[in-house]
Amino acid sequence: MSGILRICTAGSVDDGKSTLIGRLLYDSRGVYEDQVRSVAAASRNRTSGPIDFSLFTDGLRAEREQGITIDVAYRYFATARRKFILADTPGHEQYTRNMATGASTAEVAVLLVDARRGIREQTWRHARIARLFGINTFVLAVNKIDLVGFDEQVFRGIVEAAPDALDGARVQAIPLSALHGDNVTERSERTPWYDGPALLPFLETVDAAGDAPSSSFRFPVQLVLRPDAKFRGYAGQIASGTIAAGDSVRVWPSGARTRVTRIVTWDGDLPSASAGMSVTLVLGHDLDVSRGDVLSSAPPHVSRRFAADVVWMDEQPLRAGRPYVLKHGARSVTAEVDRTLSLNEIGRVTVTAARPLAFERYGDDRTTGSFILIDPASNFTAGAGMIAEPLAERRTGLSSSGAAARLARAARVAETDDAAVTVVARLLEEMLI
Amino acid sequence: MSATQHLRALEAESIYILREVAAEFERPVLLYSIGKDSSVLLRLAQKAFHPGPIPFPLLHIDTTYKFREMIEFRDRQAAAIGATLIVHTNTEAIADGAQPFAIGTQRCCGLLKTKALLDALQAGRFDAAFGGARRDEERSRAKERVFSLRDEHGQWDPRRQRPEPWRILNARLNPGESVRVFPLSNWTELDVWHYIEAEDIPVVPLYFAREHEVLVRGESLIVPEQSFVPLLPGEQRQRVTCRMRSLGCSPCTGAVRSTATTVAEIIQELVVVRNSERQLRIIDHDQDGSMEMKKREGYF
Repeated sequence: MSGILRICTAGSVDDGKSTLIGRLLYDSRGVYEDQVRSVAAASRNRTSGPIDFSLFTDGLRAEREQGITIDVAYRYFATARRKFILADTPGHEQYTRNMATGASTAEVAVLLVDARRGIREQTWRHARIARLFGINTFVLAVNKIDLVGFDEQVFRGIVEAAPDALDGARVQAIPLSALHGDNVTERSERTPWYDGPALLPFLETVDAAGDAPSSSFRFPVQLVLRPDAKFRGYAGQIASGTIAAGDSVRVWPSGARTRVTRIVTWDGDLPSASAGMSVTLVLGHDLDVSRGDVLSSAPPHVSRRFAADVVWMDEQPLRAGRPYVLKHGARSVTAEVDRTLSLNEIGRVTVTAARPLAFERYGDDRTTGSFILIDPASNFTAGAGMIAEPLAERRTGLSSSGAAARLARAARVAETDDAAVTVVARLLEEMLI
Repeated sequence: MSATQHLRALEAESIYILREVAAEFERPVLLYSIGKDSSVLLRLAQKAFHPGPIPFPLLHIDTTYKFREMIEFRDRQAAAIGATLIVHTNTEAIADGAQPFAIGTQRCCGLLKTKALLDALQAGRFDAAFGGARRDEERSRAKERVFSLRDEHGQWDPRRQRPEPWRILNARLNPGESVRVFPLSNWTELDVWHYIEAEDIPVVPLYFAREHEVLVRGESLIVPEQSFVPLLPGEQRQRVTCRMRSLGCSPCTGAVRSTATTVAEIIQELVVVRNSERQLRIIDHDQDGSMEMKKREGYF
């Protein structure tokens, strides 16, 4: 329903991502002349050509001083055909977490490659992250094609060496020069051998619809609104599917059945509502529904255990058996994982939560299939998780007696991290037998 | 693509953010700066909690140098909505004669805006403060999170920002920390005006062109409401048809020449205009990386 295309850019350091975005903004009039003047002045001391487009996007002083992008910058531009939200993400490996942040909401990834240097390790890594986060439409932008004399063979070679991670995805390879504008907004005469679209026209027309219209209704309850004794409504944003007044739904994880009697908004009641809309639902039965519950038309997976792909974003490594706060939809629970990950590492882990969660596989629904892990000591958002597979709950102490709290206690009183891992492993084993 | 569809998506996302804050924080407050973005924010807050009232107060940091029409509008709006309005001024600094021409714009902003804001947040023990800032306004703002973490001094450290994947917002704070929340992060200036038009949202009349008595300083038209705005050599007041594109303190916010008298005409003007809305905000340009420095100190 969005009417907005969300894009993220990825690539290695110095491949010219920021320059390309500056060019897109400039050519689509997404930057203003006073901003152009202010960067034109700043460009004089740097040697990137007539005007340094990356200065539009590198917003922090440290970035401008070092000439690299440190943090995600969001940019907005529109053409007559479409509106775009573009996440410009850092190429440097130490900022991989920001690449992951940019990819998490994007529908299309623009993967930058320097024509002189070809596909590099970072390109593979970024392609893999983008794929993992559910992006299936890619632009392989072979930049600085002017610096290899607009050579078709160089371009072909890079396309053939494209990362395996792109197999099965839709890939449009485009030879371009961000600095000079070749194949950015219109086809360049300097690459007569290239018969595909220029970058902007491709982005304007690409169909990268995320949610299949057939997916079922899912609604994480954000807030219970009870302004007076007469009204009780459940506020939230519809994650997927559609709902009409009168439809039956079930409340998860309890599984209780009820009916939606009204769809309330400030602009009046609606007969129906669909994915992406923020509404307030009134239910037909007086049920115990609270923040974090999920209303849905088809049963979700309900479990305390699942396998997930986690991108670790904290300098403090993810530790097996240590309690974390897991936020999924509008619910926060204590959870533990079964293996260690270090900064920027991506791995498949088994998550065990203290309370059951109602979820989908990430591949089926990005909203109810994703979660974050928060370090309870620093409160830093340390991990981004994508649910791969529900796992059967075992009959363990975890189901009833506050096992997570027990494990947490044991871990906290341990003298060292290693001792904590050992004691928690032993406790867990006892519970599982 | 329909423009309405795009606005509805932005609206739904902002409402989601407003509700998330109401659910997770103890004492939220909405920084109400009276401008067009605040007007949109206020409407979104009404929508988010309907049929209930807005469950947090509004806070205005009054430097006492705001345009008179802004203050009239503020009081009218708060009364119309039935919201609780807190007004805070750094009266000590005003008594000591703080004004931009006496102490410079940087110190003046530091005392009357940043310090006043931090004092008011502390006095109210607010743990989450909504602001109407948008990422498209200024390049350091383009790096902001929706939940912008501040330390016990209200300061922003761009290197300590928490990753914000998907739309999952981490509301957990360490003692003394707070967040600034930006529900309009993904809106552009044009989106804001389109929404004001679609929703018929009231805005301060200064946004619409009419004749003002101004001092012409380069491209900037200063409306000398405050007596301390000095007349430069050879300068005289002129009557010019103009409007405010961005609202701030009258001595430091220039008007632009314009004939746009309706929201539709403003939108028309923006489509062809080639300068950004903050161009005539003197405080953005008083040093390199101005906004970033102010944000680090605790400004929005």
